[in-house]
Amino acid sequence: MVLRLRIKMSSFKPTPSQTVGPFFSYGLAPEQYGYDFRELASGNVIRVSDAGEAITIVGRIFNGAGDLMKNAIVESWQADGDGKYSRTICEETFSGFGRFGTGTDEGNRYIIRTVKPGKVDEQQAPHIALTIFSRGLMHHVYTRLYFSDEVDSNDQDPLLKLILANRRDTLIAQRVQNDQDTIYEFDIHMQGEKETVFLEF
Amino acid sequence: MKPYKSKDEDSHSPNQYPPYNSSVIRAPSKEPLIVPQTITETTGPQFDASVLREFDNDLTKNGIKTGDPIGERLIVSGRVLDEDGTPLSNTMVELWQANSTGRYIDSQDQHGAPLDPNFLGAGRTLTDKDGWYKFTTIRPGAYPWGNHPNAWRPQHIHFSVFGPNIMTRLVTQMYFEGDPLLAHDPIYKGPPDEARKRMVAKFSLDLTEEGFALGYRWDIILRGPNGTPFED
Repeated sequence: MVLRLRIKMSSFKPTPSQTVGPFFSYGLAPEQYGYDFRELASGNVIRVSDAGEAITIVGRIFNGAGDLMKNAIVESWQADGDGKYSRTICEETFSGFGRFGTGTDEGNRYIIRTVKPGKVDEQQAPHIALTIFSRGLMHHVYTRLYFSDEVDSNDQDPLLKLILANRRDTLIAQRVQNDQDTIYEFDIHMQGEKETVFLEF
Repeated sequence: MKPYKSKDEDSHSPNQYPPYNSSVIRAPSKEPLIVPQTITETTGPQFDASVLREFDNDLTKNGIKTGDPIGERLIVSGRVLDEDGTPLSNTMVELWQANSTGRYIDSQDQHGAPLDPNFLGAGRTLTDKDGWYKFTTIRPGAYPWGNHPNAWRPQHIHFSVFGPNIMTRLVTQMYFEGDPLLAHDPIYKGPPDEARKRMVAKFSLDLTEEGFALGYRWDIILRGPNGTPFED
């Protein structure tokens, strides 16, 4: 009996990850790239009715040679302005889920218009989870974006405390105000001296 | 205890896998930082059926402009399960692929094979209450790429699956049993030998629809919760 159950359990090993490849645009971000297929998610996470501070996240992704990665795609997952995560994505409510490829902006940036998330619990500073897919990545990578104007919260954040001081800034998006928008700049470096801290859980 | 199991390294390719050239300069060179699982990681986008449209799961119909797409029709179906074998219902499954000639509609694809004006090559669906998904499509063609001399990708379909949270997220590729190009493909061969076979769909007479299309069965296993539902 014990043996049978163990065999049953061991037969469900995870399906391996494979690269998203270079040609994902019409499948994963068709409207952004101009294909005739409805998009599941986009870089416009915010809706007029959403409570919270409207912000725009912009960033570039660099490979180990310092070149821009022009066919990567970023997914963002975050709480709303009150620190609450969406339960089910439908037309009417804040989704918290964004997706934007680096192949359409002339500077090859990813651009996510959203609200600044609230604190999701007592301990953690406000943050957005980012997942990056690209040609050359056999498995997607995870990182987190924190906010440069949340200094006190960031100092108390349990995740940021795990990171050595010289790499901590790779997870802090820098606030830049222009006439229209509150922008947070968050470049991602896949390798090298400025390599972003990537996460596993 | 962590709510979810750790990433099963034995099931995945190393980040840097030199036979796949572009991994060397694009994949992280440092080990990831292992951090606690918080509500950010144990949640993730969950989609309502209202996001789906008619024919989203039928690639023989969702790109029609003037007539049917050219190629061998296929049924591709299977279950999405976690590492305990628990079916994952109502989870989003997206797919995209080349057409029957091995050409993607993506404007970046430079392969000289023809586009099919009636084939988009992308779709999506939600799994049913028992974790089943089902697509109708066209068998994708093999195509050349620049990784090494005379390099050809085996026939494959790209899949993107969400599961219950952001830790279960999976982007992968489905292959076809018996494809001679598998032995020569560095992307397929990135994961360990025993693991890579889990990406290969098997011909299924049960899924084959008489007079219409061959059926292929492919189950997708996502990272699962900690603890076991079975008693020892």
